Amino acid sequence: MSKILIIIPAFNEEATIGSVIPSVKKEMPDADIVVVNDGSHDKTSQIAKTLGAVVIDLPYNLGIGAAMQAGYRFAKSMGYDIAVQVDADGQHPANQIKNLIKPIEDNKADVIIGSRFLGKGEYKPSLARLVGMTVFAKVVSFIIKNKVTDTTSGFRAVNKKVVNFFSSIYPDDYPEVEALVLLYKAGFSIMDTAVIMDERHGGKSSITPIRGLYYMVKVLLAVFVDTLKRIEREA
Amino acid sequence: MTIQILAIIVSVVLFLVIIDLIRRGRLKERYSIVWLAASAVIFLLSIWRGLLEGISLWLGVFYPPSFLFLIAFFFLLLIVLHFSVVLSRIYNENKRLAQEIGLLRTEVKELKK
Repeated sequence: MSKILIIIPAFNEEATIGSVIPSVKKEMPDADIVVVNDGSHDKTSQIAKTLGAVVIDLPYNLGIGAAMQAGYRFAKSMGYDIAVQVDADGQHPANQIKNLIKPIEDNKADVIIGSRFLGKGEYKPSLARLVGMTVFAKVVSFIIKNKVTDTTSGFRAVNKKVVNFFSSIYPDDYPEVEALVLLYKAGFSIMDTAVIMDERHGGKSSITPIRGLYYMVKVLLAVFVDTLKRIEREA
Repeated sequence: MTIQILAIIVSVVLFLVIIDLIRRGRLKERYSIVWLAASAVIFLLSIWRGLLEGISLWLGVFYPPSFLFLIAFFFLLLIVLHFSVVLSRIYNENKRLAQEIGLLRTEVKELKK
């Protein structure tokens, strides 16, 4: 039986964290849950603690990449075999976590991405968003020489080797997309699998339509810079 | 020439200020090397007019003082770039510290239970 850790990064998610934790617990009773509270100003941390999750309270808002990495560092220090990233806003359905873990346990890949575009999901992004996501998917698939359909999905499971890698190297700015390039450069295998995602329960996407194009250019720039980086994977 | 004397005074004062800052521990040695190099080069070019003129003419700059500006500009560029590198390193160290504080807090809480 592998030791599984569910990492939930949260910044001001008091509206949804209270329903996310119990649903994960219900679906994954043997897994541990760690909430990385990235300097929230609301009751996120208290709610998560009351619900029995381990909470890492960061001293100030570090940003999604650094918060996620804190979760991976926790996973490494506690010796977990598998870590799963789940958003605190409730868009990642807990009943799909098993589908992400299965291929990791079967040693099919080092990283499994839950894709909203594979299979029978009802996911309908706006046209602008769809264009952006398609561009990312094409560019990243080309760079990593492997077809990935949903590069911005933060619903992922990784094995122990990747936990160790992420503990030392994790991108800061656009971690979902950038991490794929870094993983490829470090020689990890990446696979995607179909998941059905809910609409966001609370809060809103960090990407507003006006900033969409600007965001896309920034991410692509970051991705190209990543392809130039020298990545050393520790033994 | 007055401008030459002024340039010599400025570079000597700059050099002495840097040495004094290091001496009093206000400037780390590791960040002072670019500054020391800058003041040394400006000092050399201001006492040795022939060198400045020689290099300027060789490069096709017919007004030597403007070459001095170019050198100063390059040094500033170098120093600013150096700052950005240092800042990035400090950012990484700071991030690591903040993560570590979070992890340690969690450990302490678990131990107290």
